[in-house]
Amino acid sequence: MKKIHIVLLVLIVAAIAILISFMPSGGGLTTYESIADAKSKQGKVVHIVAKLDKSKPVEYDQVNNPNYLSFTAVDSLGGTVKVVYNNAKPDNLEHSDRLVMKGKMVGDQFECNNIMMKCPSKYSDDPNRIQESMNKTAK
Amino acid sequence: MDYIGEALLPGQIGHFLVILSFVASIIATISYFISARTANLAEAESWKKIGRISFFIDVVSVLGIFIILYSLIADHRYEYQYVYKNSGNDLESKYILSAVWSASEGSFILWALWHALLGVILIFTAKKWEAPVMTVLSLAQVCLATMMLGIYFFGNKIGASPFALFREQMPELPIFQDPGYVNRPEFQDGNGLNMLLQNYWMVIHPPVLFLGFASTIVPFCFAMGGLLTKKYGDWVKPALPWALLSACVLAVGIMMGGAWAYESLSFGGYWAWDPVENASLVPWLTLIAGIHTLLIYKHTGRSLQTSFFLIALTFILILYSTFLTRSGILGETSVHSFADLGMNAQLFLFLYVFLWLPTILSFTNGKSRLIGLAIAAGLVLLSYYRLPVVIIDVLGIKAERPREIAEIIGRTFPLVGSMGAIILLLVNLNKLIPSIKKEEAASSREFWMFIGSLVILISAVIITAQTSVPVYNKIFGLSIAPSEDVEFSYNRIQIFIAIIIGVLTATGQYLKYKETGKQYFMKKIGWPFLISAVAAGIILYFGNINYDKYGIGYLSFIWIAIACSVFAIIANLAYLWIGIKGNLRLSGPSVAHFGFAMMLLGILISSSKKEVLSYNTNGIFVPIEENKITGKTGENYTLPKGIKMDMGKYWVTYSGDSSHPKKSQKYFKIDFIDKETKEDFTLKPNAFINYKGNEGLSANPDARHYWNYDVFAYITALADPSKLQDTTSFATRTLKIGDSVYLSKKLIVLDTIQSRDSLPEELFGKDGKLYEARFSIFDPGQENSLQFSMPKLAIAKGESISIPDTLSNGSLILVLNKYDGRQAEVGVKEPNAIQDFLTLKVYKFPFINLLWLGTLIMALGFIIAMVRRIQVAKN
Repeated sequence: MKKIHIVLLVLIVAAIAILISFMPSGGGLTTYESIADAKSKQGKVVHIVAKLDKSKPVEYDQVNNPNYLSFTAVDSLGGTVKVVYNNAKPDNLEHSDRLVMKGKMVGDQFECNNIMMKCPSKYSDDPNRIQESMNKTAK
Repeated sequence: MDYIGEALLPGQIGHFLVILSFVASIIATISYFISARTANLAEAESWKKIGRISFFIDVVSVLGIFIILYSLIADHRYEYQYVYKNSGNDLESKYILSAVWSASEGSFILWALWHALLGVILIFTAKKWEAPVMTVLSLAQVCLATMMLGIYFFGNKIGASPFALFREQMPELPIFQDPGYVNRPEFQDGNGLNMLLQNYWMVIHPPVLFLGFASTIVPFCFAMGGLLTKKYGDWVKPALPWALLSACVLAVGIMMGGAWAYESLSFGGYWAWDPVENASLVPWLTLIAGIHTLLIYKHTGRSLQTSFFLIALTFILILYSTFLTRSGILGETSVHSFADLGMNAQLFLFLYVFLWLPTILSFTNGKSRLIGLAIAAGLVLLSYYRLPVVIIDVLGIKAERPREIAEIIGRTFPLVGSMGAIILLLVNLNKLIPSIKKEEAASSREFWMFIGSLVILISAVIITAQTSVPVYNKIFGLSIAPSEDVEFSYNRIQIFIAIIIGVLTATGQYLKYKETGKQYFMKKIGWPFLISAVAAGIILYFGNINYDKYGIGYLSFIWIAIACSVFAIIANLAYLWIGIKGNLRLSGPSVAHFGFAMMLLGILISSSKKEVLSYNTNGIFVPIEENKITGKTGENYTLPKGIKMDMGKYWVTYSGDSSHPKKSQKYFKIDFIDKETKEDFTLKPNAFINYKGNEGLSANPDARHYWNYDVFAYITALADPSKLQDTTSFATRTLKIGDSVYLSKKLIVLDTIQSRDSLPEELFGKDGKLYEARFSIFDPGQENSLQFSMPKLAIAKGESISIPDTLSNGSLILVLNKYDGRQAEVGVKEPNAIQDFLTLKVYKFPFINLLWLGTLIMALGFIIAMVRRIQVAKN
């Protein structure tokens, strides 16, 4: 067998592997969706970028079940959905500006299995925020 | 306005040193380049001298920059924005170092400092290679210096200076209206160092990782020197020890990052296939592949083209990784990238320059080099000026769609340029370096080493393809998100790579260069093979490895990979006697491969046998009756303070907490008792709570280490102080049947509520009701502690009358306030206690020590091999 043949063979295997890795089943890639689009894709795993709706209650009772969190999310297009997350409540949930949530719609709730919080970092270029924290220092 | 009290001088000196470093490294690059190209010895020598002096000026400047930044942070000079952003008064002195390199600007300083040190060593050791090698290294220093310039050039910001004044960066901040702002009380503390970075690993991980990054440039410089001087094969000998050093340091640096993630962050493991992690792993993989092809070249004269390519690719991938982690392009996909400093174009250019450098040098005449340069620069400029969009405008097309497509095409130019550079390099290398016509024998060592290198390269290509998704999104305007199951999307492919590499690691050294006799091979490998088969059999049979989350197919591949890594461990250990007869000077490869195989085994076992100890079905473990819960079970477990709780294999008690004297950091004391062995130990996970205005909790785990496993706990949620009940009055709770409430040392479960019929009408009126609730009250850590309490609620003649019940010892009073047939409102009063609780996760990682030990042994193997290669190069 010539070396070039082996190289070609391995390249083909690699190409197939890359294709498999991008296939949607199992560990494949997903897409970012708006809440409205996610609702029309029942049962399909998607990513939603949304905000916590602070006017609705956040339900988390550590004592009765530390693995049940539910809240309402609202996205930039105005879609809202009830989110259920079977894990501990991320402590900075209320302070996040954006939530990147991975999960799927089941019925009318979004069953989320991963939440990434995007928090306004304190040295974000918002002078008001910096001034506020400086005022705290003074106290 | 004249400001009072600012320390401006250090910043001015620092800024001057940045510019000095920039200018000095430009002069060094040019002088060394001329020296490398000059045939006249005396002339070349004098240019080299200028190069040296300029490089030493650069070294001193970079060192000065580092020292000044360190002292500004140590002196808390918050008038400098970098100091304000990344440090605070509460930092212990070891974390002042972490603060220096905690953000993008500072880590560039660290990188430049390592380059400077490596450059000094090269000046004294590289001899005839000094001029070409230092040309390339000085060019890299030019690029790094631009990252720290922080000046404006035709309206474009170049670099971000660590010495920028806060008031100049953010003049709109009201405090800067006051000329004496430095002395205002608001200005006496900084923003503080990111909580995650306040960890001893962050003191040592970044310098080691950056030395790993920085050192990959040395083999790259030698390869470029080979192209520049047209001595295509001579660079291999001096480059090899450097490549081994780099592989060693980079591996240790990456695994220190893993240890940091494992020990200090709440990622629940040492590796998560996060883009930032991948970006540092991939160059290591190509470097390992490159070291193997370099060895093939040294022994057989083959694979020189591949070596050039892999060594060049390694450094290019380091720059790609820098681009990914600092440009902010990863956005949503990574948990730990640097803050975006708005230097994307500049970071890309750094990558692009070094992408084209090998390609341009691989042209042999000046004319082709110029054409190459023109194409490279042209593509970027045309993309910058959005040529396709300009064409659309000129053609007068107004429609939306063609314009969008033109935008996308414009954005693909740099990508096309990058890919074009790589393809051109391959074509040129093929022309420059004659390949040996005769095929290598299938029984030769070089043949299988080459296959192994190819497989490693493929692993690197696949990881890069998967990690680069945010780049595709950016260029093509897509919205592809990470996988549903990120780790599995990598693991399911890399498991095959692990199997192939495992077998090759085991058998490779038993093959001879050129050709191996079948009998020789069988005889030598026979015993190691048999012993491995038995050992693997025992591990698989008794190891109880049944990770079937992804089906039996995937599990069987894990089994095969475990067997292969056991084979690799034993075969490399045996080779010390069978192959090199205990000659330790030659033992580098065996030791490194042994360590690598041990890492592989550690990775396979620890990840497939990771156990969640805090897995539970109820919030609080309730032994009586079925507790109705909402939702699924999970990995979090709630511990009320002071109550001994049942957590699977352990009795666990949250026994107390203490606070850090200076920081808002709290330590929690969790006592564990193993139910079987009765062994007890205490874990003290801690958390930063609302640190420096960063609202919320940042948890640091604590682990108990055993030789064969670790128990690892971290806080996931704390009680909301506003919800902790005031215990001197009645606290009301709404409960359903089966719900539980905890109080200090007690659990209260609402068992039933019965309503009585046939009530006397003269007392209760027409619609009178009498509810009788039964509560079970017990201490889960204490046997026979069950007590009952039966408060009542009567509704008589439209009025509710509650009849509270007090426990016999008076420690608890319960009252039923309301009941609607579904939910009950219950009042709880506990005369003398405060309640607190926390929620945590507890994991068990088995055989994680194999991974750490394997890393150290592999690093040792690299060092032994490096020492030997230095000796070989000298003779």
